[in-house]
Amino acid sequence: MLDDFLVMALIAGAGIALIAAPLGCFVVWRRMAYFGDSLAHSALLGIALGLLTGMNGNLGTVIVCAIFAIILLTLQEMRILATDTLLGILAHAALSIGMVVLSFVSNQPFDLHAYLFGDILTVTQEDVLWIYGGGALVLLLLLANWASLVLMTLHEDLAQAEGVKTFWINLLLVLIMTVVVAVSIRIVGILLITSLLVIPAATSRQWVRSPENMAVLAAVFGLLAVFGGIMASYHWDTPAGPSIVTTATALFVILFPLASIARKKRQFA
Amino acid sequence: MSEPYLSAQNVTVTRDGRHILQDVSVNVMERDFITIIGPNGAGKSMLLKCLMGFYTPDQGSVQMRKNLRIGYVPQRLVADDTLPISVRRFLTLRKKVSQTEFDRVVVETSIGSSLDQPLSVLSGGEFQRVLLARALLAEPELLVLDEPAQNLDVTGQLAFYKLLDKVYRERNLSVLMVSHDLHLVMASTRNVLCLAGEVCCYGAPQSVARNPAFITLFGEDMASMMASYDHHAHGQHPHAHTSCEHDHDHDPTSGEGVAHVG
Repeated sequence: MLDDFLVMALIAGAGIALIAAPLGCFVVWRRMAYFGDSLAHSALLGIALGLLTGMNGNLGTVIVCAIFAIILLTLQEMRILATDTLLGILAHAALSIGMVVLSFVSNQPFDLHAYLFGDILTVTQEDVLWIYGGGALVLLLLLANWASLVLMTLHEDLAQAEGVKTFWINLLLVLIMTVVVAVSIRIVGILLITSLLVIPAATSRQWVRSPENMAVLAAVFGLLAVFGGIMASYHWDTPAGPSIVTTATALFVILFPLASIARKKRQFA
Repeated sequence: MSEPYLSAQNVTVTRDGRHILQDVSVNVMERDFITIIGPNGAGKSMLLKCLMGFYTPDQGSVQMRKNLRIGYVPQRLVADDTLPISVRRFLTLRKKVSQTEFDRVVVETSIGSSLDQPLSVLSGGEFQRVLLARALLAEPELLVLDEPAQNLDVTGQLAFYKLLDKVYRERNLSVLMVSHDLHLVMASTRNVLCLAGEVCCYGAPQSVARNPAFITLFGEDMASMMASYDHHAHGQHPHAHTSCEHDHDHDPTSGEGVAHVG
């Protein structure tokens, strides 16, 4: 018989894997990995503010991440500094300010480690509701704008010429990412969120020929990583978040060369 | 006189105190074929951006006829291999196209053999034909092209402009194009808009080639090469303009057409 907390962890993890897959594809296609990382860093400030004000941590994270994203988009439009420089400044500023703010709430018991690497085995029913509620919203928005997003990724001007409101779709993608980051923190933690977005998508790239299939296969790999990681963590008492990412990486390392071999075989057949 | 498809009136764009475009006016009418030329930094792309509504000019206005169907062919699409997508899927992305129309455009642009290939493996020439095909699938009244052959070799450029010429002759559409390859589009284009921040001259290709402002910009060699071009293809157009002087019923520059630069 599986323990309750394990079932809860599996349900939560599966939800995250399903949301992360399609979004992760866009992170790979649009080279947003560093952006995702920075967004996650800023999430710590959200958590700190949540603890300070008694607001729900998820809500605090969404708000701070959204503000972070809007500041970044505005600075990008101004074209004063390169995007990676801006991210370098904003991400670490947010992380540091978050730590400083946390020092003011140190009277409460606070497990920093859990926020950095996730603590999936303490996931509550409320967390699961956040994951599936936020996840359903994210998936609906992604599906509704899927073709526009793919076209924009291929050529922004072309999309704009054909009537895509590129500014709003860009903003939408960024806000979707803030929601996913916020709900994923409990599972894999601030430092590992980007890997859950990027690794399954990157693993599936070699095996597919359409954008939709890439998202679906990424979801499969994400689910495998989550289940594998949580079970490993349960049996060998390893940290859950890092175990999930390690499993995802193992899948990538095994499947990537296999894909090249399969491709060559197809060519010679 | 019918309503213009696209119309820019006295458009001025200033960035960091420098005029990128100054007082540029142009009308694109039904069945027009206008090629915008000019040296690097002349504001060609910016003018196109303003006309397409991507950029709001600091002064002046841009008007587009209501419900105008525009087909846009960008300079170059960097097909990244990280995004797996076939040519067929790319063509119909965000589009509802009937099978007959799809087949017709595929034949017209001869891209049938690459339909099921990934977008990222196409050659430069194939890619530009695919982009043109996508633009044509909208059954456009106006085709807008931004240096469509810039990344092709000479053979590819010739082939692309030949195809464009064919499309223009066979379909009822107007063409607005930015191009460096004026010697290659001479046969097709009906009017040339020579841009150097402001409109330096406008008219049929040969008349533009004789314009002192054009010679100042591009030098004697280019001008004599263009002026000596036998413009035989013009006879096919409903009304060919042969000189800047007895000009169009829709002179886009309202008298500033022969303004000298420098």
